[in-house]
Amino acid sequence: MSLLALDHVTVRFKPKGKPEVTALDDVSLRVAHDTFAVIVGPSGCGKSTLLRLVAGLETPTSGSMALDGQPIAGPSADRGMVFQSYTLFPWLSVRENVMFGPKLKGLPKAECEDIADDLIRAVGLSGFERSFPKELSGGMRQRVALARALANDPRILLMDEPFGALDSQTRQLMQELLLEVWQARRKTVLFITHDIDEAIFLGDAVHVMTARPGRIKRSLSIDIPRPRDLDALTSPDFMRYKREVLHLMHDEAVLAATPRREAIRLAS
Amino acid sequence: MSTRSLFAPKVDIPRGAALALGAGSVGVLLGFWCLLTYGGFTPPDFLAAPDKVLAAGVKRIGDLSLFRHIGSSLTVILSGFLLASIPAVPLGILMGSFRAVQAAIEPITGFMRYIPVSALIPLLILWIGIGIEQKIMVIFLGTFFQQLILISDVSARVSKDLIDCAYTLGASRRQVVQRILFPACMPGVMDTLRVTMGWAWTYLVVAELVAADSGLGYMILNAMRGLFTDVILLGVFTIGVLGLITDFLFKLLRQRLLSWSADL
Ligand SMILES: Nc1ncnc2c1ncn2[C@@H]1O[C@H](COP(=O)(O)OP(=O)(O)O)[C@@H](O)[C@H]1O
Ligand SMILES: [Mg+2]
Repeated sequence: MSLLALDHVTVRFKPKGKPEVTALDDVSLRVAHDTFAVIVGPSGCGKSTLLRLVAGLETPTSGSMALDGQPIAGPSADRGMVFQSYTLFPWLSVRENVMFGPKLKGLPKAECEDIADDLIRAVGLSGFERSFPKELSGGMRQRVALARALANDPRILLMDEPFGALDSQTRQLMQELLLEVWQARRKTVLFITHDIDEAIFLGDAVHVMTARPGRIKRSLSIDIPRPRDLDALTSPDFMRYKREVLHLMHDEAVLAATPRREAIRLAS
Repeated sequence: MSTRSLFAPKVDIPRGAALALGAGSVGVLLGFWCLLTYGGFTPPDFLAAPDKVLAAGVKRIGDLSLFRHIGSSLTVILSGFLLASIPAVPLGILMGSFRAVQAAIEPITGFMRYIPVSALIPLLILWIGIGIEQKIMVIFLGTFFQQLILISDVSARVSKDLIDCAYTLGASRRQVVQRILFPACMPGVMDTLRVTMGWAWTYLVVAELVAADSGLGYMILNAMRGLFTDVILLGVFTIGVLGLITDFLFKLLRQRLLSWSADL
């Protein structure tokens, strides 16, 4: 049985004084235990909405969601999340940030510190335990955010374009680090990106979404052996997957641009 | 054309140049003052000369009366300011992040912010008399509503992601308010307190307009009756210097307490 199951989930937003937006339309999705699932789609297609649903930060208009058979209702420490924006708490040191979850659970301080220092080492930031977020680069902040989400030992790790704001070299390093950490700890991950290379490099499964309204257009299973390294990025298999996803995405980009053109024509 | 010139917008200038420009403008003002007074262009009961102001200061420092005035003004200002800040900080934070609190309070603050404090003085006198309470209330009214509005703005600008992130780490609503919303507001709150403390000083003369027998505002008003422009200027300078000192103290406090904050 899958760990995460979404069935016929639809989300509509009704902003005040604006037309209703259907962000997700009849989305069904399965994520198996201990696998790395990636959702890729053009911007505005509802990726963040989907992840926020799973996190419990948004409620579906219709449809059902379950983690391990339990319906999802509201946020919980079971479902950790890394955001695209920098969300470290700036008044807490790196260690205190990572300890935030375990401390809320009421674990003894020494144990919280052990958990934190362990994870800070795992993301390669030993020596920065006492630093404050303002002293860290973007990549370092996202490493801490990853460590902090893992500190709760969540059943699923949700990541919303976590490397989207980083330069491409840093992003590549972060992807490798993420795979390393994931391989060592075996977690179920649901990762979102609009970067095709990132999706294929990381994922066991890649789900391509359509432009508005967001649907899952195609799900591919990526059979590139692990551990994956830089060379995986130029392997023939990688290129084959990339070609397929590129075409799927291109059709969506054209579609996404069309209604806007229509609207301009109508307005003039 | 150089874009790094002294005359290009948003370009840093050497520290020396900055100091020189500052000293220059103060110097010009002082020079103009000397010219007007020692040059015989203005009579002393219109504008006192610098040495007369200095002498007035030395005399009042000598007989300690200046310190008595400072003490009583500080009492009024600090009491009014604390009385306003203690409720305004939590209320403003809640107002900026809870639509219900905002809906309840906004009509009142929106209205009160346009009422000149001086317009309320007659009512204050009727209700609480002419003692120190009335003076403290003037400072309170002058700062409280402005603080509410500014702090609610600070709170409204706290990133939603920061709060959502705390939820995904297992925080409850109460924990999110206590451990995320309040600390996240602190730098903005400190800036607001600093700015409104400055405004509190500007209400001092209004506060001491009625039935005061001490205070810098009273000293100024009293000197006006005898056209003692030297004492008036002494009062003005003293208020300015005290304002600068409190401003500096707030800046120091922010650097000490909120060194984690990026925007210093
Ligand atoms: N809280 C909200 N209120 C109104 N519209 C929203 C809200 N959140 C998202 N949307 C809309 O839903 C659509 C999908 O947004 P999002 O999930 O952020 O897309 P993505 O992450 O793929 O870029 C967008 O058109 C966006 O404007
Ligand atoms: Mg998004």
